[in-house]
Amino acid sequence: MHQMTLAEIARGLADKKFSSEELTRTLLARIAQLDPQLNSFISLTEDLALSQAKAADARRANGESGALLGAPIAHKDLFCTQGIRTSCGSKMLDNFKAPYDATVVAKLAAAGTVTLGKTNMDEFAMGSGNESSYYGVARNPWNLEHVPGGSSGGSAAAVAARLLPAATGTDTGGSIRQPAALTNLTGLKPTYGRVSRWGMIAYASSLDQGGPLARTAEDCALLLQGMAGFDPQDSTSIDEPVPDYAAGLGASIRGLRIGVPKEYFGAGLDPRIAELIQASIKELEKLGAIVKEISLPNMQHAIPAYYVIAPAEASSNLSRFDGVRFGYRCENPKDLTDLYKRSRGEGFGAEVQRRILVGAYALSAGYYDAYYLQAQKIRRLIKNDFMAAFNEVDLILGPTTPNPAWKIGAKSSDPVAAYLEDVYTITANLAGLPGLSMPAGFVDGLPVGVQLLAPYFQEGRLLNVAHQYQLNTDWHTRTPEGF
Amino acid sequence: MQWEVVIGLEIHTQLATQSKIFSGSATTFGSEPNTQASLIDLGMPGVLPVLNQEAVRMAVKFGLAIDAEIGQHNVFARKNYFYPDLPKGYQISQMELPIVGKGHLDITLEDGTVKRIGVTRAHLEEDAGKSLHEDFSGATGIDLNRAGTPLLEIVSEPDMRSAKEAVAYVKAIHALVRYLGICDGNMAEGSLRCDCNVSVRPKGQVEFGTRCEIKNVNSFRFIEKAINSEVQRQIELIEDGGKVIQQTRLYDPNKDETRAMRSKEEANDYRYFPDPDLLPVVIENAFLDEVRAQLPELPPQKRERFQEQFGLSVYDASVLASSREQADYFEKVVSIGGDAKLAANWVMVELGSLLNKLGVDIDQAPVSAEQLGGMLLRIKDNTISGKIAKMVFEAMANGEGSADEVIEARGLKQVTDSGAIEKVLDEMLAANAEQVEQYRAADEAKRGKMFGFFVGQAMKASKGKANPQQVNQLLKSKLEG
Amino acid sequence: MALERSDVEKIAHLARLGLVEADLPRTTEALNSILGLVDLMQAVDTSGIEPLAHPLEANQRLRADAVTERNHREAYQSIAPAVENGLYLVPKVID
Repeated sequence: MHQMTLAEIARGLADKKFSSEELTRTLLARIAQLDPQLNSFISLTEDLALSQAKAADARRANGESGALLGAPIAHKDLFCTQGIRTSCGSKMLDNFKAPYDATVVAKLAAAGTVTLGKTNMDEFAMGSGNESSYYGVARNPWNLEHVPGGSSGGSAAAVAARLLPAATGTDTGGSIRQPAALTNLTGLKPTYGRVSRWGMIAYASSLDQGGPLARTAEDCALLLQGMAGFDPQDSTSIDEPVPDYAAGLGASIRGLRIGVPKEYFGAGLDPRIAELIQASIKELEKLGAIVKEISLPNMQHAIPAYYVIAPAEASSNLSRFDGVRFGYRCENPKDLTDLYKRSRGEGFGAEVQRRILVGAYALSAGYYDAYYLQAQKIRRLIKNDFMAAFNEVDLILGPTTPNPAWKIGAKSSDPVAAYLEDVYTITANLAGLPGLSMPAGFVDGLPVGVQLLAPYFQEGRLLNVAHQYQLNTDWHTRTPEGF
Repeated sequence: MQWEVVIGLEIHTQLATQSKIFSGSATTFGSEPNTQASLIDLGMPGVLPVLNQEAVRMAVKFGLAIDAEIGQHNVFARKNYFYPDLPKGYQISQMELPIVGKGHLDITLEDGTVKRIGVTRAHLEEDAGKSLHEDFSGATGIDLNRAGTPLLEIVSEPDMRSAKEAVAYVKAIHALVRYLGICDGNMAEGSLRCDCNVSVRPKGQVEFGTRCEIKNVNSFRFIEKAINSEVQRQIELIEDGGKVIQQTRLYDPNKDETRAMRSKEEANDYRYFPDPDLLPVVIENAFLDEVRAQLPELPPQKRERFQEQFGLSVYDASVLASSREQADYFEKVVSIGGDAKLAANWVMVELGSLLNKLGVDIDQAPVSAEQLGGMLLRIKDNTISGKIAKMVFEAMANGEGSADEVIEARGLKQVTDSGAIEKVLDEMLAANAEQVEQYRAADEAKRGKMFGFFVGQAMKASKGKANPQQVNQLLKSKLEG
Repeated sequence: MALERSDVEKIAHLARLGLVEADLPRTTEALNSILGLVDLMQAVDTSGIEPLAHPLEANQRLRADAVTERNHREAYQSIAPAVENGLYLVPKVID
């Protein structure tokens, strides 16, 4: 039962082959049995799950239907869930029971999903190996000695290990696509403004975007359908109609123009990954796509710009964690400054502290122009590159990551080494474009992802191409041994 | 040495919206602590701001009223600092691109001259909460009901040269925001608060002296006193060979002195940057036209009209025009009572001192404009004298009804029957036979003063009701006779 | 330009982060390594380029001025570290 995709579950529930409650109990038991190896969950919500499952079964008995009615999922632990711990992977929020639901959580609950729990993540979504979590690293089911990627590492590990069919994630610099790539999943970062940020604890507000992680493009389409849409509570949400993503999956990709940036294949890319990317290009060509080389000349500046903008916004976003109204508060503060400094010093981990410091520095008097403003200008150059490219092609393709999942601890001595792993993913966040990663093969038994980028609001095109690819390949069906 | 005082003001006005600038919480003053603090106002993780359109409309209204450039592409920025009444650790404000740019406002000084004060800018921002320092087991209590109340911060040029000018400017802003209906102007509740930037320089020097900022002064009287005491402190300091250090100070009304704020001792680095949760606010021309069409007649225009239409002096006209309620009251009195100068006098002097004594605003005046207008009619048609009118006014203030009712009930109608007046005069003269003798013996020069004595006695005897002109006439003929 | 330990202390104070004394050298080194990466950006010619704050360059939507919130003090303060009489408590603040 645990091998089923969301789409299969939807059919099974519709055909009354099993109930949501049965499925939920099966998966909860599987999580209890296997998650100790993976550490992919921070909190399990059995009671909520069972009551939601029963409610979904009752709704179905009353004649309701829907692809997500009764579907078990999990939320990355930075989506606020009312009355349930929402830790953001941090000691700071270890005791934080959110007083409200994020829009994504509320929308998916209304669609009938069943929340099995809250998944592990890098602290405040800062990291790409899930190693900065207060709750310990989540492990990659393909090799337990390796990271599952991050920051949505728990969601990725859980879905890859078949603990559940799909989960939500968030992507600020690659935090959905990169763990999807490293665990053989399909993950989609939507256009900035496509999915509401209300109740999604902010890392970098102008880059953050929620999205689905699942085993197939089809499942991503189903989950995204429940997440996307205009939200008046988010000023940056865009009021654009949401297409029927599942309905668009079957379209032919004949004549689709795919651009491959020459800058993607420079030094730093594992040549074995480069080969797998070429193979995926060939596969798409077989399906009728027209592939051509393009250029994104400013791509190399994306990492420096990102590591100014994201920490700058984060340094401000994380100021609200001050030990006064919620969250961690130090013992016996002797005065106000002591309350602030110790609560924050003790409540935040090392990587979060580093980014707060970098961000505060980049915004401080005398440095603003050289850092923050310069980064925002580079951001425009990067967006301009994409706009020019999308005049010539319909889609951009390349590797999701330069390397497969690294060994736990291998990059912990040098934060910058981990930052460089984001090279292919962060440009989409800077430009606000939608991006998808899908399985493209294995290197040393570890999964490799291919990334597709599309123009604004073309999530449907990404899903369509990925689905057509997955109809003709079987990488995405491979299951890690032991799961 | 001759010193010149230089003053610039930052006035924070709470906009009179129903809900907060970025959340749907009520802005009512005086509610139980933290009962008007929503998830957004509390800065809970994951919450996002959405801008209140009424706050934008009000800011634009103000901008148009001071002839300012409107920032048709204005941007919210975060001002980052830690303080317990600032839940997010940053205040959403505007920095580089405010909603209101350069404008100006004319103030009328006591001598009747009009001075133009430059307004540098006005920007939208959110108010902070309140820290309550009463003893909570040695702690400070934080109430976030006020957090997120919309503020329009109005920054002036350093154009004022005395505490009196500064007060006149604050009063003009106060009047204006009330005219526009964008702020209730209640300074006691903190709806309008003032930071005063004060410096001194030797007369004739072009460069400004080092300034100090006096934070949060909340009444016209304290603004004047705070500035004067700060000016005196700075002059004494310099004359004693010291130097003014740029700092933030607080005014202590009990000691009538300013002191440096401890919490502001370290220089702040606010790390402003555009708020990524909010997008640029674009103000279309059509919106500007719509707001412009809604603008009421403003104090300067009203003042001019009062001068032209009613022949009032600049000073009287500007006093009457200084609040919308007072101007409306005055115009109503004129429309009933007819005589504008008489009406101006009664509104400014008698009504003014009554309101002062009671400590209430004109909209709570115990004598309505209708009542006062009705009374002026009775003065004009000689039913009562000016002196009796004061009695009638007092009676009206005590709730005894309209002027006519008071006059009737108290029998205050002026006596114009010459027979009756003659009777009173005859009795009075008989009772003062000695003075009559003296009068008749006196020369012309002395008689003038003595005549006044008899008029006074006659009015007293008639309880003020005798028509003064008739008393004069009849008395003259009796004494001469 | 490399940060000194004292710079880091200054920034940490600005950000109200209590750093552990023993970690300071390591933190300083890490920050300098991050800034070294970031400084690569300085070589980029951005003259005449407008900064981009939001990817989609949309305009702010405005909300109607209506009170939509009710009092939830009890629920919101149930997760607060220290409250008394409906107020959040902090160590004594001096103006």
